[in-house]
Amino acid sequence: MAMTSSSSLAATQAKHWYWQRISAMVLALCVLLHLGVIIYAVRSGLSAAAILGRTHGSLLFGGFYVIFVLACAVHVPIGLGRIAEEWLGCSTRAAQIGARLFGLLILFMGLRAVYGVVLA
Amino acid sequence: MSDVLDVKVWRGTVEGSFSTYRVPRQASQTVLDVVTYIQRVLDPSLSYRFACRVGMCGSCAMTVNGIARWTCRTHVAKVAKGDALEIAPLSNLPVIKDLATDMSEFFDKWARAQGQFKGKLTRHDEFAQVEPTSKARVAASAGIECIGCGVCYASCDVVAWRPEFLGPAALNRAWTLVNDERDVAGAERLRAVAGDAGCHSCHTQGSCSERCPKQIAPTAGIAGLKRMVAKAAVRGTL
Repeated sequence: MAMTSSSSLAATQAKHWYWQRISAMVLALCVLLHLGVIIYAVRSGLSAAAILGRTHGSLLFGGFYVIFVLACAVHVPIGLGRIAEEWLGCSTRAAQIGARLFGLLILFMGLRAVYGVVLA
Repeated sequence: MSDVLDVKVWRGTVEGSFSTYRVPRQASQTVLDVVTYIQRVLDPSLSYRFACRVGMCGSCAMTVNGIARWTCRTHVAKVAKGDALEIAPLSNLPVIKDLATDMSEFFDKWARAQGQFKGKLTRHDEFAQVEPTSKARVAASAGIECIGCGVCYASCDVVAWRPEFLGPAALNRAWTLVNDERDVAGAERLRAVAGDAGCHSCHTQGSCSERCPKQIAPTAGIAGLKRMVAKAAVRGTL
């Protein structure tokens, strides 16, 4: 039994590691594109209405930001769980539950924002 | 630079204080020479540990002016601040007395990381032939010269805040063994070094690699273990 539990804990940690790696790679690209979009919008002097006019109904814009939100929702909770364990002294279980709830919050708020800009 | 060094030396165990000694300065003097002078001439009750004096045995590591170093190969001229030296026992290890630490936990962690070689050949078999330029052999060679001095372990912040963490030396040992193609305990070892106490707790700060007196990079080995464990997890062999 001891082997099974340590083995499954090891497998969980390994999965956390590669999901954080993969999501970090996605985020690296997303953040660059996101900054590009911000600079474009600001330097072109677009008004909120003009921006919404361009984003509304755009599958490309919506798809990109859905991927961005998903990557955040994967990446952030893993790191926050670690910080909660190491800095706040939380148990692994408490840290994971708290981190997952925060991940769900990011997912909800992020997708809501994408919905607001693209579909609403 | 004067002819005399002002040397503060930790006296006591966990509780204790620094005592100051005045030690004559000499050319090419090492920190171990200084400690030995204090023990032999000024205060025979000082406890410290050394053996080979030539950087092979890993016994004499101490904290010198705040940084863990092998004292037998550390010249005073390189590390003294003016004429001042502060010598303390290694961090992250229980102090037995003065400059001598209890290294049991440090070496127990090597055992916990499955640091023992397990082969399948007997003396009746032919010698295993390992290609010297193979990727695995090159990776093993990069970490194999560890002398077990504990400098990396004392320099690791993760060890300080997660006492069960196996530490850079034990993980480096595991890394050399998983790259030893004669070894047959690879899966068991990957299980031992994965998870909270193992490679996944490393934050890649690199203090171990920065301070290793043998220029080994445990950080690179630990990153390699993370990759290897991830592959094993995907294959379901973890």
